[in-house]
Amino acid sequence: MQDLDQIFESASREFAAAEQIAELEQVKSRYLGKEGRLTGLLKSLGGLSAEERPAAGARINRVKQAIEEALSQRRNALQQDQLQHKLAAESLDVTLPGRGLGCGGLHPVTRTLERIESLFQSLGFAVATGPEIESDFYNFTALNIPENHPARAMHDTFYIDDKHVLRTHTSPVQIRYMENNTPPLKIIAPGRVYRCDSDVTHSPMFHQVEGLWVAEDVNFAILKGLLADFMQKFFERDDLKVRFRPSFFPFTEPSAEMDIQCVQCNGKGCRVCSRTGWLEVLGSGMVHPNVLKHVNIDSEKYLGFAFGLGVERLAMLRYGVADLRLFYEGDLRFLKQFN
Amino acid sequence: MKFSENWLRTWVNPDMSSADLAHALTMAGLEVESLEPAAPQFKNVVVGKVLEVKAHPDADRLNVCLVEVGAAQPLSIVCGAANVSVGVKVPCAQIGAVLPGDLVIKQTRVRNVESYGMLCSAKELGLAAESEGLWLLPMDAPVGSNLRDYLELEDTLFTLKLTPNRSDCFSVAGIAREVAAIAGIAYAAPNVTLNIPNLRESIKLKIAEPSACPLYCARILRGVNAAAATPLWMARRLERSSIRSINAVVDITNYVMLELGQPLHAFDLSKISGGITVRNARAGEQLELLNGQNVAMQDDMLVIADEQNALALAGIMGGATSGVQLSTQDVLLESAFFAPNSIVGKARRINANSDSSQRFERGVDFAMTRPALERATQLLLEICGGQASEITQVLGQLPTREIIILRASRIKRVLGMSLTKIEIADLLKRLSFNFKQQGDDFHVTPPSYRFDISIEADLIEEIARIYGYDNILPASPLATMVMLPQPESRRPVAHCRQIMVARDYQETISYAFLDLQTEQDLCANTTPITLKNPISNQLAVMRSSLLGGLLGALRVNLARKQVRVRLFELGACFENAGRVQHERLAGLCYGAALPEQWGAESRNIDFYDVKADVEALFAPKLLTFVALPHSASHPGRSAQIQLDGLPIGWLGELHPKWVQQYDMVQTAVWFEVDMSVLVQTSPLRAMEISKFPPVRRDLALVIDEKLPVQVLLDAMNNEKAYFVTEIALFDVYRGKGVEEGKKSLAFRVLLQDTEKTLTDFEIEASITRLTDASQRLGAQLRT
Repeated sequence: MQDLDQIFESASREFAAAEQIAELEQVKSRYLGKEGRLTGLLKSLGGLSAEERPAAGARINRVKQAIEEALSQRRNALQQDQLQHKLAAESLDVTLPGRGLGCGGLHPVTRTLERIESLFQSLGFAVATGPEIESDFYNFTALNIPENHPARAMHDTFYIDDKHVLRTHTSPVQIRYMENNTPPLKIIAPGRVYRCDSDVTHSPMFHQVEGLWVAEDVNFAILKGLLADFMQKFFERDDLKVRFRPSFFPFTEPSAEMDIQCVQCNGKGCRVCSRTGWLEVLGSGMVHPNVLKHVNIDSEKYLGFAFGLGVERLAMLRYGVADLRLFYEGDLRFLKQFN
Repeated sequence: MKFSENWLRTWVNPDMSSADLAHALTMAGLEVESLEPAAPQFKNVVVGKVLEVKAHPDADRLNVCLVEVGAAQPLSIVCGAANVSVGVKVPCAQIGAVLPGDLVIKQTRVRNVESYGMLCSAKELGLAAESEGLWLLPMDAPVGSNLRDYLELEDTLFTLKLTPNRSDCFSVAGIAREVAAIAGIAYAAPNVTLNIPNLRESIKLKIAEPSACPLYCARILRGVNAAAATPLWMARRLERSSIRSINAVVDITNYVMLELGQPLHAFDLSKISGGITVRNARAGEQLELLNGQNVAMQDDMLVIADEQNALALAGIMGGATSGVQLSTQDVLLESAFFAPNSIVGKARRINANSDSSQRFERGVDFAMTRPALERATQLLLEICGGQASEITQVLGQLPTREIIILRASRIKRVLGMSLTKIEIADLLKRLSFNFKQQGDDFHVTPPSYRFDISIEADLIEEIARIYGYDNILPASPLATMVMLPQPESRRPVAHCRQIMVARDYQETISYAFLDLQTEQDLCANTTPITLKNPISNQLAVMRSSLLGGLLGALRVNLARKQVRVRLFELGACFENAGRVQHERLAGLCYGAALPEQWGAESRNIDFYDVKADVEALFAPKLLTFVALPHSASHPGRSAQIQLDGLPIGWLGELHPKWVQQYDMVQTAVWFEVDMSVLVQTSPLRAMEISKFPPVRRDLALVIDEKLPVQVLLDAMNNEKAYFVTEIALFDVYRGKGVEEGKKSLAFRVLLQDTEKTLTDFEIEASITRLTDASQRLGAQLRT
């Protein structure tokens, strides 16, 4: 039975020499095929005696299994090889740029508005809106600015006709909202406003956010706390100093102007803050009893506070924009900086 | 309001630096807009007297002067000014002097003559922008005295930005009162002596409008020298308040206005015929004002008139002919209280704002009318000489000051801070408000000079202001919290913006007004809403579409060499009929469909690219596009966008004539849709999902070129053939194999049932219905 060992050795040798799966299959048929050497040996078992036959058969089968095992190993190895080659050939230059559309972006004023809205919404302020062409009544009279009041002159109003103006502030939304809702009320009113004034620091159209909170238990100390909190969160500066100064708005009493420490120089004094260290950012105050009376809210039961802030001003300070006019030119080189 | 700090400190002198005083005023609501020194820094400049002037031996234009400066020896100074002469008094910079611009004066030789100093012009001292020759000082200037002391140059000019409610601070007296309240100290008014009248005559007064003019005082002064020099101290204070010196009489009236806040007027008595009447102007009545302006008055304007003519516009400005001239000898001096309502708005209407109208329209202290007249008389007699008559006065119903009840509890509720009754009383005292305390209430009578205090809230502001807003501790809001509703039937506008951003559009914001021509061209809108007072013709009418703004932005970018521009804007558009305002979203694309890149064909954006963007905005709602013309668009490439049969916007390629007119190289594609529709969403409801595989059948149909695809799709969809879940176009073919004038359309049809696998019979039945429907429109199955 030396033959068997030789057969196994020569099969193993030929398997190892096969470089392709097809070649391997040919080698396989020479040993295990119908005409194969091992098949021949199994056929020759018939010539053995009944006593010898089982032992010889068992030996041949063991060798057959060993050859099959060797074959399978070689086949796996060749398949692995082939896969490796294929993968290597398919590799990409992963540094080539991606294909397709690019991505646009939001206007910095929108970005700032959304930021302001989300900060106030986190405290439960709802968003209200109103028309941009406003009646004289809502823009002025209902806000305690009667005809001929000197405050009207401060507003540089665009007139449509005797009774209609382009709203000079978002404050009329207060009135419209209070007419249609009952306290407690908590809203902000973002939107475009118009003033007949145009130079480096004034645009004939700009954006404001008006805020209004009417409830039984709001007061001036809360107004201060809320707005300081807002500025600190908006500028992401917990140590941002703020101050409140008495001022005059016909629709609030007491009225306050709010300054923040200059975010450019941290209050040391620079060109942005006209060397004062402070930036005027917002007007506010307790809602004037006459305004509440106009909308039938009992000013003995309810108190309110209101504030109005300039969105462009905040955007300029936050993003370091030096020229207000850039916001309205539509120059992509400017706009894409905020994407 | 601009004033000299030194002047203020003669009234009230708190222990604060200029900067601290400015800060205190700002924090009390009188915002200090600017603080500037009265003069730039210079030193060692004294009053010199020129004793001798000799021509320079070696220079034609120079003189050698001997100047007395109070030292043992006069100084020899070479001077080139033409106006130097013996006896004049001039500023003399001595050796070692430092002039503005850090110019140090040294001993020098000027063409072989030693010069021991420099004689100065006002410009060289930084006190005038331009000046000619030496600054000739008054003859009584003390020789040798430091010029800064003599001219009182160590002074700071305060400019206040007064809010319209604080008319009481349009005077040094008012600011002094305020500083006293802030600092908690007393202030002292200058002494006003009552003038003993020695003229036995009086002017006849008639007040035809007593409600507009409740108090009128006037007196005659005779033998007045209007040409007298205004004293240096007065001229200085006027100048430091930016008031030009006119003549002594006018200067005195202006000075008293600055000092006490009461505008006064002096008439030349010889120009008045008969008595004075305060009446309304007759419509169209003419008056030439002091500033040379001729006004045609309206009948709601109050005038001061004599028996014949209007002499002055009451509370606004005097007339040119009745004003005091240098030759004037007899004067009628007027001090009146005009009700704010009778003055307000009038000066602005005729463009004649004045210091007087500014004060009267906000409110002038009616308790000061007569004292101010006495004060002016006193100064006039001192400076211009003459004799005064009695004051003639007509007094009607002055404004009342009602008692206001101030509750300690209300202060706490409004401010969120407790003040004791003692603190409240102290604050009211500092404000010099009259009050009586009754239990927890304060019965306060506002003073005559405050026109802004009529209700409790006004007093609370005063309390807070003097207490200091900064001293009210901020508090966190405590509230009963309720969540905000989040209706799912409306999507946030921010989501719509994000869709545009994700599809490579950049947001812009344009002005809502533009020029009429653009409105007419693009929107065929000949009657837009027009501004009565636009900034310019370019910004004169309200937009009815966002397209004009987007095109403007496109042109800006093309001028800056951008080759691919994709913009969107969201904003209000305005319609004249009913002044309706619509929020809209519009987009504009120009240039290549994709950014220039490898591996993607380069082609220009077209109608269908932008159509996909519009469809994505509204998805999953299905829009329809109806071929209809729009003035901005190419007539064959324009569609009205409809949703459920209602028009909601436009999509189109820009008309070639606008492409040319707007200097563009290529066309652009634009769209505009209504935001109100865009934010509405349909209710969401889950449907059963089939476990059985869908069946796909493709249909190739050849049809007339002119038939829109939508018609075919609608016809097939309207069949509602069983099991059909989708019919979608996936190819359009023209050319070989398809007859001229026809197109071949390939549709994918998906069929599916939730209950079972479909049989061939069922599938064929449904497909036949679709082909039948298409054949009724003239389509042929392509084989």
